[in-house]
Amino acid sequence: MQQIIDRRLAGKNKSIGNRERFLRRHKEQIREAVRRAVEGRGIRDIAQGEDIHIPRRDISEPVFGHGQGGKREMVHPGNKDFVRGDRIERPKGGQGGGGGQASDSGGGEDDFVFHLSKEEFMQVFFDDLALPNLIRTTLADTPEYKTHRAGFSSDGTPNNLHVVRSMRGAIGRRIALGSESRRELHRLEDLLAELRAQPVSAERLHEIEQLETDIAALRARIDRIPYLDPIDLRYRSRVRTPVPTAKAVMFCVMDVSGSMDEARKDLAKRFFILLYLFLTRHYEKIDIVFIRHHTQAQEVDEHDFFHATETGGTVVSSALVLMEEIIRARYPRNEWNVYGAQASDGDNWHDDSPRCRQLLEHGILPLCRYFAYIQVVDQEQNLWHEYASLAEESDTFAMRKASEVDQIYPVFRDLFRKEGAAK
Amino acid sequence: MSDTFNRRHVGQAATPDEYGGRRPRPPLRVPLPPTDRPAQTLPAPSDWTFDLIDQYHTVIRATAQRFSLDTYPNQLEIITAEQMMDAYASVGMPVNYRHWSYGKEFISTEKNYRRGQMGLAYEIVINSNPCISYLMEENTMAMQALVIAHAAYGHNSFFKGNYLFRMWTDAGSIVDYLVYAKNYVAACEERHGVDAVELLLDSCHALMNYGVDRYRRPGKLSLTQELERAKDREAYAQQQVNEIWRTLPPKSGKDAAEKEQARFPADPQENLLYFIEKNAPLLEPWQREIVRIVRKIAQYFYPQRQTQVMNEGWATFWHHHLLNTMYDDGYLEDGIMIEWLKSHTNVVFQPPVDHPAYSGMNPYALGFAMYSDIKRICETPTDEDRYWFPDIAGRDWLETLDHAMRNFKDESFIGQYLSPRVMRNFRLFSIVDDEIDPTLEVSAIHDEAGYRSLREAMSRQYDLGSREPNIQVWSVNLRGDRSLMLRHTQHNERPLHDNAYEVLKHVARLWGFPVHLESVGSLGNVSRRWTVDPSTA
Repeated sequence: MQQIIDRRLAGKNKSIGNRERFLRRHKEQIREAVRRAVEGRGIRDIAQGEDIHIPRRDISEPVFGHGQGGKREMVHPGNKDFVRGDRIERPKGGQGGGGGQASDSGGGEDDFVFHLSKEEFMQVFFDDLALPNLIRTTLADTPEYKTHRAGFSSDGTPNNLHVVRSMRGAIGRRIALGSESRRELHRLEDLLAELRAQPVSAERLHEIEQLETDIAALRARIDRIPYLDPIDLRYRSRVRTPVPTAKAVMFCVMDVSGSMDEARKDLAKRFFILLYLFLTRHYEKIDIVFIRHHTQAQEVDEHDFFHATETGGTVVSSALVLMEEIIRARYPRNEWNVYGAQASDGDNWHDDSPRCRQLLEHGILPLCRYFAYIQVVDQEQNLWHEYASLAEESDTFAMRKASEVDQIYPVFRDLFRKEGAAK
Repeated sequence: MSDTFNRRHVGQAATPDEYGGRRPRPPLRVPLPPTDRPAQTLPAPSDWTFDLIDQYHTVIRATAQRFSLDTYPNQLEIITAEQMMDAYASVGMPVNYRHWSYGKEFISTEKNYRRGQMGLAYEIVINSNPCISYLMEENTMAMQALVIAHAAYGHNSFFKGNYLFRMWTDAGSIVDYLVYAKNYVAACEERHGVDAVELLLDSCHALMNYGVDRYRRPGKLSLTQELERAKDREAYAQQQVNEIWRTLPPKSGKDAAEKEQARFPADPQENLLYFIEKNAPLLEPWQREIVRIVRKIAQYFYPQRQTQVMNEGWATFWHHHLLNTMYDDGYLEDGIMIEWLKSHTNVVFQPPVDHPAYSGMNPYALGFAMYSDIKRICETPTDEDRYWFPDIAGRDWLETLDHAMRNFKDESFIGQYLSPRVMRNFRLFSIVDDEIDPTLEVSAIHDEAGYRSLREAMSRQYDLGSREPNIQVWSVNLRGDRSLMLRHTQHNERPLHDNAYEVLKHVARLWGFPVHLESVGSLGNVSRRWTVDPSTA
């Protein structure tokens, strides 16, 4: 009888390798498309897939073929009213396909379109980017543990009892302990049977009696071997191994004073989102702390951060003080990777800027992996100048300007460019 | 029901025992009588189960045996739509090496499928031993029965019987070879980088159609044979010795110049990939092996490219005949019949030339019509048939069909068997498109005067030799810049497509030195010339 083979469960995604190669080959076009897509996208759906268009000629595989011209004869079906010798106007743009397989190229010069999944999109999106100063914090004091199996042990909790192993051990023990007695028993039984076969005499009877008591004693001894002994029990062993923590906290600091209008906030938000998405690719657990400030700083939730409007002057240092307080209170350096991102229009209370620099340099930067400042207007004010001098000295601090939406992504790429990667 | 034979033209050299090794079993002259009529028809729910497929398969097999269809053992495999697309994208083979073009194919197949532009092929069948037929999960029971009859008995017997397949493919080893190819290419990617391998494969794929042998190469001689021949030659030379010729003074300079111009290769070579594999100066051993892999796969698919009409027609004819016979024998229900007949009708629909869906002849339609007509000619010949086919009119149809399946390829099959009636039914007409003529001319239609020339034109249309440009290795400049000269011999003054230059770049990449391509007209005039220097390409 022929066997029908069910292959449905085997080999899902078998062509993933081919797809990867396809994406690799058209990396440039895809990257360009991703860049364009990000510019046009709303903030909410930045992390989505995207349809990629590639001009068909770029992916064609050339083979030798006939071109137009020369003489050829083609047979077609479905003659209605032609007779031999009829003359027909040459159709414009050439007859569609001579030999038959015209269907493949029948699409004309349309672009080749395909969908990039979300993961692939993010892959391209953050391609060649790396987190600066990335050191996964491992800690000795309160590490995180993962438990996993490691063979069997002779003690443990009942829920980890491994029945098969235990019973196997028990059988072995019973065999081992009883073997001597059983051998003796068999010997005596044979002897007894032999004696019984011989003619009866008083002496024999006595011997038989003796043997029978011995046999009974042996039997009792064998029976006394316990069926299951605590010594047999085996437990699944689980060991705990410390794993390095991969936790990050991201501080979003934004100026919400009157000069920050919706457009500028939108720029800032885009930057924060990019940073957030980027961090999610490196850390399993990410906390976000939103700090907004005008003359005073406060920690708020996401909605208030982006949507509540405030007016008033600007004192940047208030936010930095709060940030430092929060880090010291909740995010000890040995447990958390701290990232800071600050967005502002550069306005600051005049005397406050040097203080900001002081705070950053001595308070925050030593606690941070990286701190990025992004200014959403072109104009350089005193805060920019103070920060600029700081940026020269510190390699965990970076600053850029972006005044248009389409600058955000390049600026972001620039900030997180891999060492040595081309611009 | 389209299979993937022509999507990418990939082959495999034949076994040495092509003909002598397996003599076909002689065909039956008449079908065997049916077995006892079953008490009831096979169950006919819409959804298939493994049990049901098995029942149907048993009956189909028994029916096929009545007509003595000679097949490889069958292996039916159930797969999902995604797996079908996957197999579809990688030239219909269960395993293949990785290449971006298969990814591209998969993406476009998937896209068309999702949009509903294209129904997926219901089945894919692989010319292997055992013959693997894929049944798609989504098919209904009626469709599974159709696919089994079509693929597992129609195509399968064609693979086993047709002379081209017997000569050029080794069904027993193709899957193993592909596994080897896949692993080898993967190992090369690891060692030499994905990019290097991809470039090489791209170049090979561009020349895939020019990587096939059209004729057998003579087998290699053993050392003893070689020595024997040398001895014979020596003896012959000894006999011819004539001292008097030695006394003639050598012709001045001419011999030397001739020697200088000794051609390499001695004769033009049509298998470009073979020539490159053996002679390209700069290829590394692993690169030669990859060229060889592509060449072998191209050779494996070579018969399929030449037997499209025959192969599809044969399978279609047999699923039609087998299922109808099963119905007559009382195995099939009306519902099942209606369902598969609907699908069958779609498959053999030939849109006329002015139909928006027209894209050339439908090989299923043409092949099915021709085989059916051969059967008709055998059973109920008319006077016309007696005139056109005196040798088969009134003969046993089973034997005649078997002969027609085994010993032809599309070109010769059409040339031999395209009957006036089929031409009339399709209302065939031929158009001459001559560059120097401002209008097209209808050169023949389906009438008494036109049958013969129509048939010839149709046959030529399926001739791979005239469908593909004739490009051969002409010479290699051994003493100069090592450049390779290819020559395109024009057929009916048809020029090369513009992307010849792109392909030439690939040739140059493989050859490693400058490559020229000359297009030669019918008068021996070079009408166009391309040159690619690999250092600039």
